Amino acid sequence: MIALNGGGGIPVVDPTSADGVFGLLWLIIALPLAGAAILLVGGKYTDKWGHLLGTLMPIGSFVLSVVMFATLLGRSEEDRQVSQHLYTWFEVGHLDVGMDLLYDPLSALFLLLITGVGSLIHVYSIGYMAHDPRRRRFFGYLNLFVAAMLMLVLAENYLGLFLGWEGVGLASYLLISFWQHKPSAAAAGKKAFVINRVGDMGLSLAIMMFFVLFGSTSFTVISENVANASETQLTILGLLLLVGACGKSAQFPLQAWLLDAMEGPTPVSALIHAATMVTAGVYLIVRSNFVFELAPHAQTAVVVVAVISIFWGAWIGCAKDDIKKALAGSTMSQIGYMMLAAGLGVAGYAFAIFHLLMHGFFKANMFLGAGSVMHGMDDDVDMRHYGMVRKAMPITYVTFAAGYLAIIGFPGFSGFWSKDKIIETALADNWIVGLCALLGAGVTGFYMTRMMLMTFFGEKRWEKDVHPHESPSVMTVPLIALAALSVVGGVFIVNDWIVEFLAPVTGVAEHHEPPIPALAVSALAVAVVAVGVWLAWVLIGKREVPREAPQDVSFVTRAGREEVYGNLINDTLVVNPGRRAVAGSLVLDEKVVDGVLTGGPMAVGGLASVGRRVQNGYVRSYALSLLAGALIVTLALLAVNLA
Amino acid sequence: MNDFPWLTVLIAVPLVGALVTAFLPKAPGSVLPKQVALGFSLLTLAVGVAIAAQYDTGDGMQMTETHTWIEAFGVHYALGVDGLGLLLILLTVFLVPVVFVASWNEADGNNVPAFFAWALALEAFGLCVFAATDVFLFYVVFEATLIPAYFLIGGFGREGRSFAALKFLMYQLGGGLVLLAAVIGLYVVSADAGSPSYLLSDLQNVEMSTTWERWLFVGFMIAFAVKAPLFPLHTWLADTTEKATPGTSVLLVCVLDKIGTFGMLRFCLGLFPEASQWATPVVVTLALISIVYGAFLAIGQDDILRLIGLTSLSHFGFITLGIFAFSSQGASGSILYMVNHGIGTAALFLIAGYLIRRKGTSLISEISGVQNRAPVLAGLFLVAGLATLGLPGLSQFVSEILVMIAAFDYHWWVGVVAVTGIVLAAIYVLWLYQRTMTGPPVAGDEGMKDLNRRELVAVVPLMLALVLFGFYPMPLLDAANPTVDTLLEHVGVSDDAPSVPAADHAEEGEH
Amino acid sequence: MNITAYVVLSGILFTIGCVGVLTRRNAIVVFMCVELMLNASNLALVAFAKQHGNLDGQIAAFFVMVVAAAEVVVGLAIIMTIFRTRRSASVDDASLLKY
Repeated sequence: MIALNGGGGIPVVDPTSADGVFGLLWLIIALPLAGAAILLVGGKYTDKWGHLLGTLMPIGSFVLSVVMFATLLGRSEEDRQVSQHLYTWFEVGHLDVGMDLLYDPLSALFLLLITGVGSLIHVYSIGYMAHDPRRRRFFGYLNLFVAAMLMLVLAENYLGLFLGWEGVGLASYLLISFWQHKPSAAAAGKKAFVINRVGDMGLSLAIMMFFVLFGSTSFTVISENVANASETQLTILGLLLLVGACGKSAQFPLQAWLLDAMEGPTPVSALIHAATMVTAGVYLIVRSNFVFELAPHAQTAVVVVAVISIFWGAWIGCAKDDIKKALAGSTMSQIGYMMLAAGLGVAGYAFAIFHLLMHGFFKANMFLGAGSVMHGMDDDVDMRHYGMVRKAMPITYVTFAAGYLAIIGFPGFSGFWSKDKIIETALADNWIVGLCALLGAGVTGFYMTRMMLMTFFGEKRWEKDVHPHESPSVMTVPLIALAALSVVGGVFIVNDWIVEFLAPVTGVAEHHEPPIPALAVSALAVAVVAVGVWLAWVLIGKREVPREAPQDVSFVTRAGREEVYGNLINDTLVVNPGRRAVAGSLVLDEKVVDGVLTGGPMAVGGLASVGRRVQNGYVRSYALSLLAGALIVTLALLAVNLA
Repeated sequence: MNDFPWLTVLIAVPLVGALVTAFLPKAPGSVLPKQVALGFSLLTLAVGVAIAAQYDTGDGMQMTETHTWIEAFGVHYALGVDGLGLLLILLTVFLVPVVFVASWNEADGNNVPAFFAWALALEAFGLCVFAATDVFLFYVVFEATLIPAYFLIGGFGREGRSFAALKFLMYQLGGGLVLLAAVIGLYVVSADAGSPSYLLSDLQNVEMSTTWERWLFVGFMIAFAVKAPLFPLHTWLADTTEKATPGTSVLLVCVLDKIGTFGMLRFCLGLFPEASQWATPVVVTLALISIVYGAFLAIGQDDILRLIGLTSLSHFGFITLGIFAFSSQGASGSILYMVNHGIGTAALFLIAGYLIRRKGTSLISEISGVQNRAPVLAGLFLVAGLATLGLPGLSQFVSEILVMIAAFDYHWWVGVVAVTGIVLAAIYVLWLYQRTMTGPPVAGDEGMKDLNRRELVAVVPLMLALVLFGFYPMPLLDAANPTVDTLLEHVGVSDDAPSVPAADHAEEGEH
Repeated sequence: MNITAYVVLSGILFTIGCVGVLTRRNAIVVFMCVELMLNASNLALVAFAKQHGNLDGQIAAFFVMVVAAAEVVVGLAIIMTIFRTRRSASVDDASLLKY
């Protein structure tokens, strides 16, 4: 039996010491880290073989992850938490932070996703970046990212998690602004990092509060003692963690960086800004389930943020003509689903992770597909310049279609199973939230169909001199692999396997009888999606798509194109007041602070420069002043004596 | 323990080096003065390492030397190191050779021997400050550091340096004057209590009235707040770093300014524990203002060197905050922060110096797209910048999180204000990087060369230290922790226990 | 004996000397006026000594004479040097030593 903590039904983190194959846990992180170090320090000496080394490293980690996963499956349920103490990171007073790793079912699945999808994307990048003179550096950054992401999901305490958390932020920054000679790319990277840092404030504060409350940042200690904390304390902790998660996962209100992040090379968008890094927020919440389970108000906040994000992202996805930005909007929306599930508590955690994995497959697949299309279209991202790409790029088309069917939730495809479960759980929890989730699925159907139609169907609207061609096999093989996963990913849910596998981490939900039978929910979801698809067919498929985006459009479309005014809101509320504060500080410092402190001596100097005029060099005037002085002294003496 | 006067030797080596270098011929193009100075600085480094090797963590003041100097006033020539002093001594002896290598050609066309001689003199006085265990001796060398610093700023650097040097001197002398008054006051207190003595160990046990203690504390604190610097006594900092050579700025900001925070720990907390606690609300407020205000000012700068100087205002705010949070995390974090800030900011200053030498300007608005021509320079600048903004895995993070944890423990809103520093730091570092390093290649930069071997040799040790102490800061903490424990015990505070009681282990079996 | 007349004469002489120092430009004349002032004070000293019937004032007058002699030596040398270099004995011309 798994130990549960006092309050909610959440298991205590109680790992056993790593032995056997688990002794190599550190190597999973060390391999890509070594790759990054060699490629980045080695410089141009590694140009020739750098990309090969960079690809081998995550593959090595993947092999290790698979071996460990198999070993973990062979263990009984209560033995499935393993920890490895590497060394003491820092220790002051009773704060003792170890470089500790924790391997449990949750980390195990993430490891497979990160190293598996990561390896495929590394392979794809060999082809995609073939002509880039800085390819070696690209692989160095990618390896750095993989190492940091692995650190994030393997850490046993919040500070270790934060190390990975910031590491992926750094890698994301470097990769978004990889083509740094483009000012827009450089600005996008900085924007991503800064907005992430706003979220990090929340996570940092949560870490501080964990220490103050529990004297430790270790999952083991906190999960053991969490039941003794008051609900207010836990609610604050939950909200702080949510702020952190919002930053990393591009959830409302910290979503504005994700669309700009599409400035990065497409494999980056696929790996970091779709499959792995942006889902770190969901990981954080599921990992911190011991906090959220005892803080229902924080859970409500998670759900609210999630629902807003589902629609906000979908809205953007419906309006953008840039294929990558439309996909980014969709990512935000899909992560909203995961957050929603995570906010639903024990009943939803497993489904959040399930959807996260499926999304990792199909969204990476579609991003890479989009990259393949761009590759053929001379790096044009405007879908209005596509059309009928299906003929020119059949493999890309088929694989993209697999991802498309998965994301809209076509029965049998991976996304169908995962999204269906979330809608079902949401409906069981609260019918308004459930309806929102259902409606979101319909919108997903609309914007994905729109993308599909504009890209692969309809008339050719290509620019002159563009001759789309299928990408080389080094790019199509990863596409095929991901497409296969998008199709069959649903096997994880057979017999509720994933739910039971994750139970040592997420706990076991009491089974509620849903208000509507599960089959009816599925049917309803499919029907709503069908409406969305039909709408897209009517509005886009049957009409001619203009090559220039029409300007006389409704407010809704305009807002969508402007990313629902996220940047405008940020500028008005934060950036512009911030600029004014900076300008004000400069004036304050120069005029007031420096003025007062340096002004005093300056005034003395000024007075002196006036006073020294008395020394005019004329002996007679000196004599006169002498006389005057003598007179004054004499008169004073007289006055005193006579008085 | 052997009786070899290690610390006197440590101070004497650079002092002799300064004298020797000063009298070498100043023929143009002669490298002899540079080589001699570098040799002496490396010798000092060797002595410093030898001291560190003999240092026994957790054994209080060590390698003490005490000789009576002025008997009537109880003044001694007394030296000794504890963890705090040792770390700062090591930082100093490590940074000086780095600065020499990086500034190899900085003084060319000027009085080359003078530059290196003054720098060595500064090192000698700085080391004496960190080793002094007699308040009077401390005061004397504290003021003596101003002489080489003044000549380094005023003699070498850019247009307008003499005014900057004057401003620097006026501020420091002003602070020093207040300190002098407090030092004399200390004599009165000590003489009243019996025989006068300026020895730290004696003064710590002197009983003084609350009023006296507070006045003396204020005197010491003002001097250290000018030195550190702390808002609102900081305005000399940016002017100085803008006009001085980057090498001088490293010596000033990374070594000399540490005297301020060093003094707060050693003297303010050590001699006036009750008054320190009495003044905490004010000092913490000023530290918070420094953190946020310094970052705002840094964001608005158009001069790289000014910007880097002002980031230090923000960082010294963190250090002061940690000291006055009165917990072991805060104090150890502050000591660690002093070392890490020294390394990180030195790297920033030196690499910015390389860039300015190549471009001939330090204005951010006139520099762009450096990454295209000099990727190594840009990459190393980014690493140093990331360390400055507190990225985990680089050294400054550990110290920053320790200080913030202590701040949060002190009072939650203090932690909330301090944590905004991490966002502001990201803005000033990355915006600086974006404006100077990224963007399309600029016409006229075709001839720009990447870092040469000498320049790399200077900054690579700094980079290695940044990464090493980011992942493994324990060697530093092992030295700092015992000192902090002793100090906090003397002050009479202990860490708060976790506010949530630990789970009852007896009950656990039933789960 | 009544010394009023001597004191009044001394006062008149001193005033003449004083006005001379303040108004004349020729260094020699200024110098003579200074001597006049010194002698005026000598006269006052001697007169008061007579009135008090002791020698204190007379001794002081001797001191003043000695100092005046020394002053003449140094002063005239300076005036001579200035005159040689500048071809002028005006005190206003020698006004370089100023702010």
